[in-house]
Amino acid sequence: MLYDQIAMNKRRTGYVMFGFGVLTLAIGAALGYLFWNSWLSGTVIAAVVAVVYMLIMISQSTNVVMSMNHAREITDVSQAPQLWHMIEDMAMVAQVPMPRVFIIDDASPNAFATGNDPQHAAVAVTSGILSRLNREEMEGVIGHEMSHVRNYDIRLQTIALALSAAIGLLVNFASNWFWWGGSRRRDDRDSGGNVIGLVISVFLIILAPLAASIAQMALSRNREYLADASSVELTRNPQGLISALEKIDDSAPMKEADPNSAALYISDPFKHKQKFADLFATHPPMADRIARLEKM
Amino acid sequence: MVAIILVIVLVLLVVWYISSYNGLIRTRTHVQESWSQIDVQLKRRNDLIPNLVSTTKGYANYEQSTLKKVIALRNQLTEVPAGDHQQTMEVSNQLSTTLRSLFALSENYPDLKANTQFTQLMEELTNTENKISYSRQLYNSSVASLTVKIQSFPSNIVAKVHHFQESDYLQVPEEEKTAPKVNFDDFGQDK
Repeated sequence: MLYDQIAMNKRRTGYVMFGFGVLTLAIGAALGYLFWNSWLSGTVIAAVVAVVYMLIMISQSTNVVMSMNHAREITDVSQAPQLWHMIEDMAMVAQVPMPRVFIIDDASPNAFATGNDPQHAAVAVTSGILSRLNREEMEGVIGHEMSHVRNYDIRLQTIALALSAAIGLLVNFASNWFWWGGSRRRDDRDSGGNVIGLVISVFLIILAPLAASIAQMALSRNREYLADASSVELTRNPQGLISALEKIDDSAPMKEADPNSAALYISDPFKHKQKFADLFATHPPMADRIARLEKM
Repeated sequence: MVAIILVIVLVLLVVWYISSYNGLIRTRTHVQESWSQIDVQLKRRNDLIPNLVSTTKGYANYEQSTLKKVIALRNQLTEVPAGDHQQTMEVSNQLSTTLRSLFALSENYPDLKANTQFTQLMEELTNTENKISYSRQLYNSSVASLTVKIQSFPSNIVAKVHHFQESDYLQVPEEEKTAPKVNFDDFGQDK
């Protein structure tokens, strides 16, 4: 059932957020150990950086994400009546407030939702999707986006984005320091026992960004399946979403998309070839999504 | 000791009673709210139909008989007593079908399709039709959750004491797509 899925999602979100938090603090600790010989100070700095990033993202996320993707806001129904009406319909059945509406001028069909919670959400679609998809197909896509809003996927993505950015910043800081500050620190070391600590720290710093992005991607893939299913629950029309996904799959990549927001889109905006099944893919394979919808 | 346990049990019972009563009230309010959503859309459509008549006036031969039927149904809809949901929806469904065929027929009138006023009106009417069917979907799902609460144990005890009535589902017209069975079991996990 849907409610079980949402509950499971929230639980899983909890685990992942916990993992993310631990990872951020561990990196901080490793940094502190390497440079100041103090686990604690590094951990505190990492916690501060993560909290600051999160606060900035949570208060500003919609505007930041929208400007990174070159989206312009639609503030009145007369500017895009069809789109506005469809979002209104889907917000009504999903029982969430009307989100802000944005359009991205890009010929490639795509769409995404962002925000912190259903009361502060935004939906963006490309001009390409408006011209290519018919009403039923568009409803499927908008239903998918409104499900992300209702299931709180948008908040999770916002926080994951902030924490990945914080981890990125810390690691960047560490690797810079390796170049011109690292050797001095190593001379001070007197006992051999510290070598293990050193190796672990370096490993952590190298592997952390990788772990962060794998976690983020896995999270995003699962949520795409769930949003597809929820969309059909809202529109009662699997065929609309199926043919929308087919049309989206059969198109050129986007020009205006921001790489960090790729996971937000309904379909990978850069159309990466999915060879490795698919640790780093932000989206499940389209054929698989369509196959699951066809079973309904 | 026994007294304390008894008091605790009593307090828990009272809390349970109040919360299931409130739950029933809340669900019943949802049903009423979702009906008023439908009602708003029905009124809106009734207001739009005179515009449709005046916009198509210039196109003398535009499907007069269908248009007359639309007007007749619209007037019939205003006369249905406010409390009779089933009959309201029955007339409304006929009106939807007739409007849909009117739209389909407009394909044969290129002049009319080029008229921006007409295309705007089409969008407004399509929007209203969609909202009617989505708010009916919402209505039926809130009726379903009220029914579950009224019938299932133990909230049925509270429902019986306070005479909560089950509401009727609104019939979905035959020609509308049949609801697919959504199975979430396939969707939770990465394969």
